[in-house]
Amino acid sequence: MDILNEFLIYFSDVGSTRRIVMAGTVLLGILSGVLGTFAVLRRQSLLGDAMAHAALPGICIAFLITGQKHPLWIMLGASLTGLLGAMLIPWITSRSKIKTDAAMGIILSVFFGIGIFLLTMIQKSNMGSQAGLDHFLFGKAASLTQEDVTAIGFLCIVMVVSVLLFYKQFQILCFDPAFGKSLGLNIRFFDILLIAMIVIAVMLGLQSVGVVLMVAMLILPASSARQWTNSLGIMLILSGGLGAIAGIIGAFCSTLAPKVPTGPVMVLSSSFLLFFSLSFAPSQGILPKLWKRRQQKSHREEEHLLKDIYKEYEKAKTFPIPLEYRSSLETKIEQNILFCGAKKLNRLIQKGLLVWQGNFIQLSDKGMEKARILLRKHRLWELYLQRKMDIASDHVHRDADDIEHILPLEVVEELDKVLGSPQSDPHGRPIPAMHKEARP
Amino acid sequence: MNTHTDNTIAIEVHDLTVSYQERPVLWDIDFEIPEGKLVAIVGPNGAGKSTLIKSMLGLIPPSSGWVKIYGQPYKDVRLRVGYVPQKESVDWDFPTSVLDVVTMGRYGKLGYFTRPSQEDWEAAKGYIKKVGMQEFQNRQISQLSGGQQQRVFLARALAQEADVYFMDEPFAGVDAITERSIVQILQEMRNNKKTVLVVHHDLQTVPEYFDWVLFLNMRLVAHGPIQSTFTEENLRKTYGGRLAILSQAADAVARERR
Repeated sequence: MDILNEFLIYFSDVGSTRRIVMAGTVLLGILSGVLGTFAVLRRQSLLGDAMAHAALPGICIAFLITGQKHPLWIMLGASLTGLLGAMLIPWITSRSKIKTDAAMGIILSVFFGIGIFLLTMIQKSNMGSQAGLDHFLFGKAASLTQEDVTAIGFLCIVMVVSVLLFYKQFQILCFDPAFGKSLGLNIRFFDILLIAMIVIAVMLGLQSVGVVLMVAMLILPASSARQWTNSLGIMLILSGGLGAIAGIIGAFCSTLAPKVPTGPVMVLSSSFLLFFSLSFAPSQGILPKLWKRRQQKSHREEEHLLKDIYKEYEKAKTFPIPLEYRSSLETKIEQNILFCGAKKLNRLIQKGLLVWQGNFIQLSDKGMEKARILLRKHRLWELYLQRKMDIASDHVHRDADDIEHILPLEVVEELDKVLGSPQSDPHGRPIPAMHKEARP
Repeated sequence: MNTHTDNTIAIEVHDLTVSYQERPVLWDIDFEIPEGKLVAIVGPNGAGKSTLIKSMLGLIPPSSGWVKIYGQPYKDVRLRVGYVPQKESVDWDFPTSVLDVVTMGRYGKLGYFTRPSQEDWEAAKGYIKKVGMQEFQNRQISQLSGGQQQRVFLARALAQEADVYFMDEPFAGVDAITERSIVQILQEMRNNKKTVLVVHHDLQTVPEYFDWVLFLNMRLVAHGPIQSTFTEENLRKTYGGRLAILSQAADAVARERR
């Protein structure tokens, strides 16, 4: 309740610096989410990291030259060295045997090293002690001003609108640039435009998230969004939305506890969203996959029980099973109860596959039908493996046990045809017919 | 035999030389292809087959020479040219559907800001059906087999509704049945007076599938109708013996210019 109260107070507090901060982080989240989608899909996410780190020397140099911390000069310096770093990467790879990953590592560490060197010098000199340039390392959202947020908002709108307008160009640039070029689309221009937009997004994020963590805001929302969708358009919207959520959480947490830094909280909440997406996203998530596997396993166990009971009928050659066979059937059922619990048995009864008959559990008509077809699949497959695949008859049982649950009926009939409608399996046991016959 | 068909020249390449990082990979290519031919480009690995296609499309700038499509520079008649790139050139995990990819074939005809219209989507659906992929229309492309991926690329090229097509190994990673149906579509295109250039690897099927052949090994060895050109001598000239002198010369050029 306390948190809810805080939240309400937060939003009723019109015009406060808190709201400015939150507007800034939300806009930043949207922007980095949208542009990060392209960076991730083009496998350029680490380029963003290299650019962010390469911005640090630019920040320091801008401060050293102008002697003040005016955002315009700082951004200009940051963009210049950031871009220089980005351009040096292809330059290194084309002129040496150094590959892209190593070139990115070189640019990132060398530029960052120079940046830290300059930063330490500034901090230790007289003029720099109160400059607060170290905020650019991990960001300080609280220092965002009304003007900063207006600028971020303006650029955010411009860039999101460009993405909407040039959606098809960006789509083809990321998916198949050579084909786009053959169509006469100006791929080179859009390539440069996209990189420029990513540079601007990174630079806008330096103040609130910082050079070290900015890449996370490009990669994490986009990677989370990818888990939920197979469509580029939806991925862009989701990614922007997840970025915005991270911005809200980041700004909110840092006002609740003033010692909590905004940037790292944005990154942490994005990581949580990613973890959630990896775990729960349908079809690609870890938990839905586990759940599906569990379902399959219990399905198999049920079918194996039906099959076992049917085999007892087969031995007894009569229905219902006479007493002398019943004891072995009971053992089977008891074993099953021991193995997978009475729940499974109850479920089969609920599904109408098993019925109580006096004190005994029997196959219902429906259960009988199902078991017969299972056994047909099993034995036809065994025969197929033995005859057509030259696999020894003592090796085929386990394979058939696996495939009998998933083999479609058309394939079964195909098998029957290929094998010439056989009557018995490699072990000499009868292969049940497709359609219902007189009870065995 | 319609003599008029044979007289229209669809593609003319004149003195085309292409270099990769200063190293020439294609020397002085010269050829003309009449309209309505199904053309195989054959040659050993590293002969420059893909490079030829890419430089004709302007994806790799040539160091010299020019290409004309129906007598006009390629840049002026882009919309008359369709392209099937190598399957490996794209990321098949990309979040997009079969229909989205095929609709990309229409993008060349759309304005800068125009979205594909209902008409474009319908056309794309028609071509998806044509290559027998209608059941997969809304599938995510990572769920496709190699043969299905090639069909999607073919449908995208068909959606370009061009007159001249360049296809880079459309039979790579394709099963026998798919190969048959692709060949059938290509032959149908040829019968509709389309000119189709195909980079092909399986020499055995060349005379069966194609009616024109281009032997390439860093230079143009021979080109012409299958009957007169697909000869043992030309095959030997193209595949036999490394072109030691040409390679050494290329190395020398590269060293000089670096």
